[in-house]
Amino acid sequence: MATHEAHDHHHEQSFVEKYVFSQDHKMIAKQFLITGMIMGIIGVGMSMLFRLQLAWPDHSFPILETLLGKWAPDGVMDPNIYLALVTIHGTIMVFFVLTAGLSGTFSNLLIPLQIGARDMASGFINMLSYWFFFGSSIVMVISLFVESGPASAGWTVYPPLSALPQAIPGSGLGMTLWLVSMSLFIVSSLLGALNYIVTVLNLRTKGMSMTRLPLTIWAFFVTAILGVLSFPVLFSAALLLIFDRSMGTSFYLSDIMVAGELLSNQGGSPVLYQHLFWFLGHPEVYIILLPALGITSEVISTNARKPIFGYRAMVGSILAIAFLSFIVWGHHMFVTGMNPFLGSVFTFTTLLIAIPSAVKAFNYITTLWKGNLRLTPAMLFSIGLVSTFITGGLTGLILGDSALDINVHDTYFVVAHFHIVMGLSAIFGMFAGVYHWFPKMFGRRMIKSLGYVHFWVTFVTAYGVFFPMHFLGMAGLPRRYYTNTSFPMFDDLADINVMVSIFAIVGGIAQLVFIFNFFYSATRGKRASMNPWKSNTLEWTTPVEHIHGNWPGEIPEVHRWAYDYSKPGMEDDFVPQTVPIRENEVETGH
Amino acid sequence: METLLIIIVGILGVIAITQAVRVFELSAAVKGEDGADNENVTDKDNRNQGMLLLIFMVLLLGGFIAMVIGYKDTLLPVSASEHGVNVDNLWDISMWLIIVVFFITQPILFYFGYKFSGRKDRKAVYMEHNNRLEFIWTIVPAVVLAGLIIYGLSTWSNIMNPVLDENEDPMIVEIYAKQFAWTARYSGEDNQLGYANVRMIGGTNTLGVDPDDAASLDDVITTELHLPVNKPVLFKFRSQDVIHSAYMPHFRLQMNCVPGTKTQFMLTPTMTTEEMRVDPEMQAKVSRVNEIRGERGDEAWQFDYILLCNKICGSAHYNMQMKVVVESEEEYNKWMSEQKSFAELL
Ligand code: HEM
Ligand SMILES: [Cu+2]
Ligand SMILES: [Cu+2]
Repeated sequence: MATHEAHDHHHEQSFVEKYVFSQDHKMIAKQFLITGMIMGIIGVGMSMLFRLQLAWPDHSFPILETLLGKWAPDGVMDPNIYLALVTIHGTIMVFFVLTAGLSGTFSNLLIPLQIGARDMASGFINMLSYWFFFGSSIVMVISLFVESGPASAGWTVYPPLSALPQAIPGSGLGMTLWLVSMSLFIVSSLLGALNYIVTVLNLRTKGMSMTRLPLTIWAFFVTAILGVLSFPVLFSAALLLIFDRSMGTSFYLSDIMVAGELLSNQGGSPVLYQHLFWFLGHPEVYIILLPALGITSEVISTNARKPIFGYRAMVGSILAIAFLSFIVWGHHMFVTGMNPFLGSVFTFTTLLIAIPSAVKAFNYITTLWKGNLRLTPAMLFSIGLVSTFITGGLTGLILGDSALDINVHDTYFVVAHFHIVMGLSAIFGMFAGVYHWFPKMFGRRMIKSLGYVHFWVTFVTAYGVFFPMHFLGMAGLPRRYYTNTSFPMFDDLADINVMVSIFAIVGGIAQLVFIFNFFYSATRGKRASMNPWKSNTLEWTTPVEHIHGNWPGEIPEVHRWAYDYSKPGMEDDFVPQTVPIRENEVETGH
Repeated sequence: METLLIIIVGILGVIAITQAVRVFELSAAVKGEDGADNENVTDKDNRNQGMLLLIFMVLLLGGFIAMVIGYKDTLLPVSASEHGVNVDNLWDISMWLIIVVFFITQPILFYFGYKFSGRKDRKAVYMEHNNRLEFIWTIVPAVVLAGLIIYGLSTWSNIMNPVLDENEDPMIVEIYAKQFAWTARYSGEDNQLGYANVRMIGGTNTLGVDPDDAASLDDVITTELHLPVNKPVLFKFRSQDVIHSAYMPHFRLQMNCVPGTKTQFMLTPTMTTEEMRVDPEMQAKVSRVNEIRGERGDEAWQFDYILLCNKICGSAHYNMQMKVVVESEEEYNKWMSEQKSFAELL
């Protein structure tokens, strides 16, 4: 702690200031990560429960009754709780794990460290951002225990279903809490994003021009912009839904008779909600994906000991994807009865996204070519990400094509597509980030061999769960079905469902390996050295023991881009950004 | 029971692996092999993991082929509608395209992972970018996509704005959704649906059809959907409560039913139920299904077209269905003549 004291120009921090209401970005990053992991355990746990139901619909599982109580009499799930589990699973995975858990952790950890700043622009707002997220998580968890059950209208909570408690029990108090929780979440997300943007724009150290930023920072920066532009629209959608639910307005409701009761609402449009929702919803999938791609760029380049191939094209494709992501939302609504011409426009813009995505995939692959690959667990997860990004991206070409979407919309084909391209890719990116920056976060190392076991079991089971779902969708199986036994035409899919569920359960349990490794290593792992991966970026010039303000002395100056790996004429296979350009060095334009 | 056992074995397996690894780590540490290198991977790790990447590639591609073969009979049969044939062609072309790309990119990715796995005595090449290469792989996808977009959009607009012969008016049928049942309303002789609104629901008038509208009286309300083969039908969709989605996978047809508005979709069925029942693909599927049902002691299944709900709409969403029958014009007329008109219902 000597370095700490040397630098500590303000008073000693109390326990509460240091670990609870911390304003230090590194501590806030850990808070986001651990909260996200807890939510992740809940979300994945739920998927294992409803996979039991899907594979063995009539079977009695006493564990279900233990966990779900009156919702699973005699160990058989009730249809309402099935829908609730699916809904909360989706909400938790998308927002709590892969938005807050992913961006919150790595934007917070890496933005100041990699751009050379002492902390975020506003430590206080950063702290608020975490505590709003924490509050939002608590409310979401509380909603699981209300009498009428948690929200069950799907994670997209389309009205009228989500607006009318008469239509489904989950649209009672559970839905109210869902909306409260999401509102807090949006506040958290906006506070965080504004901070990230301001920090990246204003607090870069000397020499750190935008074109020298590591791709991680580019990804976090653009993600934050996406969030700031799209989350307010979700907020307005939620607000109008709250009005419709409790103040008798008719934004989304018109001509409805439900459970024998004629409602007075008139003139609203349920499709309006979908437009507002997906105006956030589509950028949201890139809010999830871009940070994972940014992490992957960094991890792949460092471990291939090669510059990331086509840095400028990588930045350009992040920007292109971000821009296009705002004009494609209608591909979720091809069969809502929208004007067919509008459908054509959305097909056009959607398929365009494939171009920058393809560029990214090719650039990753080329970065591996003639590298000297260090296959660390982080590197393996990154390679896994490239694989799932390609697999899932390709089926996007089908779903984005309005004529083809007609027949697979809302089937398991969609479930397969989005889990692979967004769920798996982002989760892999997150794991890659944790394995790679663990030494920075905790000053200790994770156990490598457990990392390998974790990767392989996860990778195999992940494909095992989601790949066969394409075939379920091509057989016409709709999603959000409590059981498929009402249709003889789906009877021959039962075997596939059993196989998928077994993969899901094994894969879910394998995450215990990670959790053990994480907590064991964080507390008792071996000490890490300062720059364990021989990496170029600035975070590895900070001391292993965290100090407030990050660098004990001056903030280092940056002289080159982040990707001078294996540069000819240099003695080491890496050249940190702080090393000045030598006189006779080959100029590369960065 | 068997499956539970599998799960338990899975759990135990994971625990065992975890423990074994711990022991291995500890003993390696004791023997001092673990030194500074543990943080970074050794050449041996790289070799092993590279090998595993290669094995995984084989599993992935092999698994894909196995699934295509194994699940062939479970998939939807040939399209039974006019526009569906075009959808299927577009589907096949897109599928082939993405399969080719899949089979090129995935092997390259994993092969590179194997081939270039690191060795202490080697150095990576320094290559930051290559404008020509990058130009090629921007332009090639762009051109391919342009083709796909043009083909896709023309298919889409043909489905949404179908061109009919001049003297051929489509028959108008309303599909009415409510939690958790479907109803069909035929427009009758005048081929015009009477005005309807939820506010008029009452008594036997379950769809809220306006009895004062002259066009209503000959409407025919049924709980099965019968369609004459090769005759265009214009469906109008309505919902009473929440959003539902009318999905008829065999016709490649889907449209949401949205309370407060009407949506529509034009269909020309091309295969009668009987014709589909004797389709060889369908027979293969039916016999497989019946084998499974036999084992379970369920009664045998005979194929029928079906309309199912494909938008989450409440607790019985999973069981909201209506039987669809496609038959010859005579059979259809005969069936229709046995139905009661709206006037008779009142
Ligand atoms: C153990 C891993 C997982 C399994 C076994 C799993 C399985 C499933 C299944 C079977 C469904 C239900 C599909 C339906 O009925 O519509 C579902 C829904 C969903 N999952 Fe997952 N999933 C997993 C992980 C994830 C991840 C990582 C994400 C992150 C994006 C995610 C996001 C969602 C979403 C957004 C839905 C849709 C919820 C809805 O229909 O409202 N899942 N998942
Ligand atoms: Cu989208
Ligand atoms: Cu439904």
